[in-house]
Amino acid sequence: MKEITLIEAVNQALMYEMARDENVVVLGEDVGVNGGVFRATVGLSEKFGPERVIDTPLSEALISGMSVGMSVQGLKPVAEFQFMGFTYPGFDQIINHASRMRNRTRGRLSCPIVYRAPYGAGIHAPEHHSESTEALYSHIPGLRVVIPSSPARAYGLLLAAIRDPDPVVFLEPKRIYRLFKQQVPDTGEALPLDQCFVLREGKDITLVTWGAMIHETMQVAEKLEEEGIEAEIIDVATIKPIDMDTILNSVHKTGRCVIIHEAARNCGVGAEIAAQIAEKGLMSLLAPVQRVSGYDIVVPLLQLEKYYMPSVERILGHVHHIMEYA
Amino acid sequence: MGKALSGIKTRNYLDKSGKALGKIPKFAEDRSTLKDLYRLMNLIRIFDKKVVSLQRTGKMGTFATSLGQEGVSVGIGHALQKDDIFVPYYRDQGILYQRRVKLIEIMQYWGGDERGSRYVYNREDLPISIPIATQLVHAVGVAYAVKLRKQERAVLSTCGDGGTSEGDFYIALNGAGTWNLPLVFVINNNQWAISVPRAIQTKADTLAQKAVAAGIDSIQVDGNDVIAVRQVVSEALAKARSGGGPTLIEALTYRLGDHTTADDASRYVDKSDLDKAWALEPIIRLQSYLTKKRILSKKEEKQILETCKEEVDQAVAEYLALSPQPPEAIFDYQYANMPSALQEQKDELNYSLHPY
Repeated sequence: MKEITLIEAVNQALMYEMARDENVVVLGEDVGVNGGVFRATVGLSEKFGPERVIDTPLSEALISGMSVGMSVQGLKPVAEFQFMGFTYPGFDQIINHASRMRNRTRGRLSCPIVYRAPYGAGIHAPEHHSESTEALYSHIPGLRVVIPSSPARAYGLLLAAIRDPDPVVFLEPKRIYRLFKQQVPDTGEALPLDQCFVLREGKDITLVTWGAMIHETMQVAEKLEEEGIEAEIIDVATIKPIDMDTILNSVHKTGRCVIIHEAARNCGVGAEIAAQIAEKGLMSLLAPVQRVSGYDIVVPLLQLEKYYMPSVERILGHVHHIMEYA
Repeated sequence: MGKALSGIKTRNYLDKSGKALGKIPKFAEDRSTLKDLYRLMNLIRIFDKKVVSLQRTGKMGTFATSLGQEGVSVGIGHALQKDDIFVPYYRDQGILYQRRVKLIEIMQYWGGDERGSRYVYNREDLPISIPIATQLVHAVGVAYAVKLRKQERAVLSTCGDGGTSEGDFYIALNGAGTWNLPLVFVINNNQWAISVPRAIQTKADTLAQKAVAAGIDSIQVDGNDVIAVRQVVSEALAKARSGGGPTLIEALTYRLGDHTTADDASRYVDKSDLDKAWALEPIIRLQSYLTKKRILSKKEEKQILETCKEEVDQAVAEYLALSPQPPEAIFDYQYANMPSALQEQKDELNYSLHPY
């Protein structure tokens, strides 16, 4: 079987679900003939036609707002924003309408929309192309926020997101769009939402992360192994709502936890995880919970970008620090 | 005021005194239809007044009346067909009622009960939209779905004159034109956006001309002439259903009441302007016409008003007798499948209510 990248897995999932369910439509800027700026929608227009693979006028508020109208009519829009930094004109429609429709009509209408956006830094992109503001969306009741970290999880989680009866913000870590390949059988099998994935088991420390930072965190675990430290790695995957059971079980076992995310630290998703560990797992802890994250600064332009990103060294530093607690 | 674009037409059939200006539309030759329009406008006015009095006595939340613009609301509601889809703003009682949204549901919504947007008889229309002009973009998506499925239905969405200054207004017009959607937009130009008058919204001479840049048709209509509203909206809906594309209608009317029960328009509306506007209001307009034409007798008129009052009183009595939703209902419709984290919070609420 051919191995595919994360972005190709996104495309494979869209192909599969558009063929399976005629209510699925794809809309966004350049998603048609051009196949999307990252090529996520390549070949869809040829196969399903421009009426279901819709090139929209250049307006994110249109994309997000018309998705609300389409979805209450029973369509399942998969809307693409070209970059996370460009989701904000569409933010109003997502938080004021898509996320609230089921509740405000007491279940009469709902918005089964997937809002896709590439997110994250580290690809030397222009200004406004590097944001990791998943915490903004995670704060909103009625939304799910899902972030895959491998081709297989991109495929399975995107299928799950499209089939979910509620709106899902699906953030794709663009730094690892083409970083590695995997075999991803095109079986149409979805992965579960609202569940963490334990990517590596270990008894000494829990490393909690998601998205592109999985890559650095895996390297950290390998280095730790050489030092005789067994790290458990949890890919949160659905960061709203968070599967705290899996995280707490792990922390209960290891007694140590480092949370790694690329987003700015203040009120980030790491803060929520740390707070819940403090509420429900404090007595299991052997050392303070640590966060390794982007700093609370505007993401630097490409020359200084690398200083913003949590590096293997920074993560290792925090791990070593808390391993010193008895 | 700025420049008026040539080609923006204004339609009316009755003059200010309620006299027919020329040939009236075919539908308006039917006496019972005209009496029905008269009944509906009165019903909504009586209803609005009653809901305000409920608010004043603490039995209702903040409410937005449609006093003065019943002609627009009732005319639109009468023109819509059952299979059309309506995407409202928040001052559309006359349309909602004719879409078979129950008066009690309208009261429930403004009274703070989400069940008011569940619409027992009307499953496809969207609920009232409080954020300004956002609903127009939803209507684009609804109309896209209708067109994709090749259905012969029209979608209609409303906003106020203030709404035309929002980005979403232009975005929706532009989208509707791009795909030639079966969509009708109606601006209730009641001259006020809370306290800000129409002149401060735009330098454009008409709001209808904003459609020109989007490449779609537009027209002004005398919103206090319910016959004209009914006719112009019917034509636009028929055009939409038959693939003729979108239309923007600017209905000219006047908000005779406060913005909402939380507002006091006497702070900013000139009394003499208000008096002038009262002389043009839609119910008296139609009543004069019906009286001149001997379509409506004094006795019938009295009867109509009594029936309206009875209907409103009964709905109010039912509304006041309703029990609130159980507290845990606040959790039950956030997601189709409740996440366990939310279930935990629901349990937390239940525990706080019944600790022992």
